[in-house]
Amino acid sequence: MPQVERPFPPGDYPVVVVGSGPGGLQTSYCLSRVGVEHAVISRDDSPGGMFRLCPIYQRLLSWSKPDAPAAPGTRAYEWYDHNSLVAEEREHQALVPPLMDRAFIVPSREEMKRGLAAFAEQVPVAVRYGCRWEETRRDDDGRLVLTTSDGEYRAQAVVFALGVTTPWRSPIPGIEDVPHYIETRQPSEYHGRRVFVIGKRNSGFEIADGLLPWARQVILGSPRPVKTSVIAQASVRVRYLQPYEDAALGGGTFALDLAVDLIERREGGWRIVGRGTTREGPIDLEVDDVIAATGFATPLLDLEELGVRTVAQGRIPALTPFWESEPGSGIFFAGNATQGAPGLRKHGVGSASAAVHGFRYNARVMARRLARTNLGMELPLERIEPETLVPYLLDELTTSPELWAQKSYLARSATLTGETEIVPLAHFLDEAGPDAVAVAVEMDEAGTTYPAVYVRRNGRIRERLLPSHLLDDFRGPEYEQELRAVL
Amino acid sequence: MAMTERDELVRSLAGLALFADLGDPDLEAIADPECERRFGEGERILRRGLSGAGFFVILDGEANVLIADDEPRRLRRGDFFGEVSTLLDCRPTADVVARTTLHCLEIPGPRLEAFLLQYPQVTYRMLQTVTRRLRDLLQ
Repeated sequence: MPQVERPFPPGDYPVVVVGSGPGGLQTSYCLSRVGVEHAVISRDDSPGGMFRLCPIYQRLLSWSKPDAPAAPGTRAYEWYDHNSLVAEEREHQALVPPLMDRAFIVPSREEMKRGLAAFAEQVPVAVRYGCRWEETRRDDDGRLVLTTSDGEYRAQAVVFALGVTTPWRSPIPGIEDVPHYIETRQPSEYHGRRVFVIGKRNSGFEIADGLLPWARQVILGSPRPVKTSVIAQASVRVRYLQPYEDAALGGGTFALDLAVDLIERREGGWRIVGRGTTREGPIDLEVDDVIAATGFATPLLDLEELGVRTVAQGRIPALTPFWESEPGSGIFFAGNATQGAPGLRKHGVGSASAAVHGFRYNARVMARRLARTNLGMELPLERIEPETLVPYLLDELTTSPELWAQKSYLARSATLTGETEIVPLAHFLDEAGPDAVAVAVEMDEAGTTYPAVYVRRNGRIRERLLPSHLLDDFRGPEYEQELRAVL
Repeated sequence: MAMTERDELVRSLAGLALFADLGDPDLEAIADPECERRFGEGERILRRGLSGAGFFVILDGEANVLIADDEPRRLRRGDFFGEVSTLLDCRPTADVVARTTLHCLEIPGPRLEAFLLQYPQVTYRMLQTVTRRLRDLLQ
């Protein structure tokens, strides 16, 4: 590539963003909106990140409704479009749905990739492609230094938008030789074969669903049972439930709860040895193929040496509510890895940060936080008339795509003088601040959504849960009355 | 990625009194990486007066239980908290704050009942601990 076409040469920047998937693009857009100068570098040669490769069988899980009760391009429409990146300008909003062929209510991988490329091109988001981050260190002055294939970058803060992209295999003897999910072949190549899929989460079921029309038998196995509950922590989305239904019919498909002790290569196939977990008993299987649908890890390189801690068996960085590795470290994460900040997990419901419709809002909140605390910038807050506070909060509870995407994670906070912004709920609850109120949408274990109100007065927090509504419309007089009473 | 990661979580659980009666397949089923939590020093884990909290077992590090102006009660590896609010479906009456970096296993509130019914040995061990706490309180 000729040098002139490549932006952001190595050097000093206030902030560097690493990655050009949805997390990196959204972060760059949001940093620009708050006036933070930054460089974006990516090892890839085009935008899209994991969507350039996955899902392996081409259909996403997350919906976008081309026609919806709200007009495309509006904030209200974001609710119905879980795949587009978000922007303040209407023309940069909702770029994925027009590309969908409407065969399904979820886009194909190619449609998603094109939607992200359109965002990068249109906004535009400048990226130095083909620039590989290789090493990290901290200088004596506290600045972070990234060594890349093109040279060194220095920055006060770095946002790692790396995705959860490195194929990961669970520690089972013999699994090293097993093809990973990412290496799965076309379904027709499994014609008439008996296939064992390690893993019973989305990727395992995606593979199984694709193989059902071709394979002779599909067996899924992992230690923990499938959780088919409808609430947000469900590990398998409805789209992939066909193999599970088949398993209920018996014979053809099995979804086993087992701990695999050994995987052995055999003449023309594989042997799987394990033990049942939820039901006792040994398991010894001969199969033609094995696929490790055991997930991915964030490619942290040497970041653990700079104090980044991890969860999920070392696969995901453990993060603060603002998605920083430690407060003040200047090491932020964006995109899928922001699932490393689980939030309050009220009733066990986690954030939606592993999906575009969750993390696109994290990027906006994080950009403002980073600008303020790491760069010392002063950003104006949104203001509303104090006398409109009650209807404003109820309207936000009913229509805000941020609150509905990030249940009990993101909250709309407002001071009694009318300064308002969206913040992580944990931040509102745990950090000192003036008398204020925060509202969040929450979900209980039965899947019922309800508005939650948190009032901070003299440093003390009081929680008040409002009743649910059949149509999730919290704008009626009874809600007004309740909220006024709470305030 | 190190091949020992899973082993570490399973090994860590196996070393706790609460799970001492369980065999490897059970421990592997419990060692759900999604339930692994890390908290920074000073971070709040359980919040007084807030609904919907979970049950936590400390794998590493220390936490303080803060009730009004009482001397903080120290929790260490192997200790658990959040059982009162989870079992009684009420709001926690104490804050629990990480005193050091803290590594925990969380069992979400709605899953605790099924968990305790599935692993009665764990329930028995837990009952012993809770009874011991009650005795200490009564003495």
